[in-house]
Amino acid sequence: MLGITEGSMAVAEAVRLCRPQVVSAYPITPQTHIVEALAEMVANGKLDADYITVESEFSALSACIGASAAGSRAYSATTSQGLALMYEVCFNVAGMRLPIVMTIANRAMGAPLSIWNDQQDSISLRDAGWMQFYAEDNQEATDLHYIAYKVAENQKVLLPAMVCFDGFILSHTYEPVDMLSQEDADKYLPKFAPSERLDAADPVSFGMYATPEYYLEFRYETDKALKDAKSVIRAAGAEFGKMFGRDYSAMVEGYQLDDAETVIVAMGSLCGTVKDTIDEMRKEGKKVGLLKIRVFRPFPTEDVAAALKGAKRVAVLDKNISLGAKGATALEVKDALYGSTIPVYDYVLGLGGRDVRKKDIREVVALAEQGKGNQFIGLRKEVL
Amino acid sequence: MALAVGCRARPGKGRDNKTGSWRVFKPIFDHNLCSKCGTCQVICPEGCITEDAEGFFDPDYAYCKGCGMCAEECPKKAIEMKQEEK
Amino acid sequence: MRELRIHGRGGQGSVTAAELIAVAAFEGGVFSQAFPAFGVERRGAPVQAFVRFDDRKIRLRSQVYEPDYIIVQDSTLIKDVNVFSGVKKGGIVIVNTEKAPDYKVPDGVKLITIDATSIALKVIGLPITNTSLMGAFAAATGEIKFDALKNALYHRFPKELAEKNIEAARQAFEHVKGATA
Repeated sequence: MLGITEGSMAVAEAVRLCRPQVVSAYPITPQTHIVEALAEMVANGKLDADYITVESEFSALSACIGASAAGSRAYSATTSQGLALMYEVCFNVAGMRLPIVMTIANRAMGAPLSIWNDQQDSISLRDAGWMQFYAEDNQEATDLHYIAYKVAENQKVLLPAMVCFDGFILSHTYEPVDMLSQEDADKYLPKFAPSERLDAADPVSFGMYATPEYYLEFRYETDKALKDAKSVIRAAGAEFGKMFGRDYSAMVEGYQLDDAETVIVAMGSLCGTVKDTIDEMRKEGKKVGLLKIRVFRPFPTEDVAAALKGAKRVAVLDKNISLGAKGATALEVKDALYGSTIPVYDYVLGLGGRDVRKKDIREVVALAEQGKGNQFIGLRKEVL
Repeated sequence: MALAVGCRARPGKGRDNKTGSWRVFKPIFDHNLCSKCGTCQVICPEGCITEDAEGFFDPDYAYCKGCGMCAEECPKKAIEMKQEEK
Repeated sequence: MRELRIHGRGGQGSVTAAELIAVAAFEGGVFSQAFPAFGVERRGAPVQAFVRFDDRKIRLRSQVYEPDYIIVQDSTLIKDVNVFSGVKKGGIVIVNTEKAPDYKVPDGVKLITIDATSIALKVIGLPITNTSLMGAFAAATGEIKFDALKNALYHRFPKELAEKNIEAARQAFEHVKGATA
């Protein structure tokens, strides 16, 4: 049913409909509203789950490891420094092949301290073996949770997933969201049925040590599972589309791409502002398009290469930076287009909550047309 | 052997690994001196010392690494570490 | 697309007003979007909140720089903050004040003043002016129906508190209707 609500409330409701059996999280801005809402649902009997309160994010995700290994559907949510504190645990979750789903209300990394949005936090965890979905709006943010669990729990995948949505920009925004019914959610997402779980009556250990004779092979298999997850993601997205009319079968989505000369590549809530700017520029006769990346891990390299093959130039927007190199998306897109003659220009913007306006997108297009990449957009030179 | 997903393992793997061959010194238990206190069984890091029907203790040499902790702790000095003949 | 910018001080309910206006507008059959300016939320510090209205899904995520409507919850802000910045020609500015204005709004912009603080004190017993200003906004702009506003308040607050707020909103609504009739 279409209703209007805050992004965090919409996500909490979608999580409830996924029927997690264990929720463990530590509150941190701007994720707080989500976990407060879930705690209330558990306390009021609206969500039949154990809510494990903990003293840190490290413990929150560790509790989820135990819960997931014991055969429960487990959920957590965090952001920024909280996610950084989970760093070690994140690798353990993926290595043990536990299908935990975690919401990231994307926020900048300190220092300097910032509670505002960019995507540095989850991007910095891109090597941990988790799937990473990025939402453009709150509709997508809610829908991606069902899909994330469905893919994560697939026996061919068995890997955790982060559903990332921009902190404040989406998490604190009221906008219309079409929410599934419990019946529909159950139809799409059946009960978690692991083939193996922690059980005192039939003991098994998870994540044992691997000697040099085996470690490389474990990493190979986890990498392969993550890459093979692409087909599972596409199928799960298509099934969601068939059932509810919102198709998520594509890991990347084009907007005004067919005849576009300059193609902007972006992720998350930026895409909406880019689309509005494209509409304006199209009216002025400028052939601009957008390639939106919805899944960053596994990275849809082939899809990106195919979608960009007709472009004259590509302008990649990043709300993150691998300091000393470039934005993470730019590096991936350059890799995808390796060997082609299409120039790829990279732009870092919107860090630490800096508002991204239509004029910033226009500036990016103008710079790309001049062949100038490797830039920070909106830099206040007067304070440097 | 195919790798187990998530590096998972059933218990009991350690039993495949017979560590008796690691020994340089072998504990010899003298039941004449033994007071059946069981300290050797408690202290054995390998867990390879078992009690027999009469209450005496003996190590399983298939696993005993010859660390000598039983001999060190035995209050009756009933365990002697003898060099293995190899 | 029409855009509203609300200027207030931390604790005056600017964010809640934006949310409730968006909820009421949505009930009236348009797409709406409300969000705060994500400041550090300290009581008394200048804050902003934004609402967008459109006939189609709203995708734009930037803050509002060229609003069609402005609500100023606290007229002392006019000295500290450029509250009229970017307002469109033909736009409407609603200022909570009991005084005659000693400032100028940009040319072609309509100024509506209302003593929302007095209404709130009289009806609610607290200087919580956001619901009165929502009533004034409904009357001045027609973006939200009074009934939808009522429903939004009933949904948000316990019955007794909702009714007080609705009465405050109604008085402001009628005051503005009377002044602009």
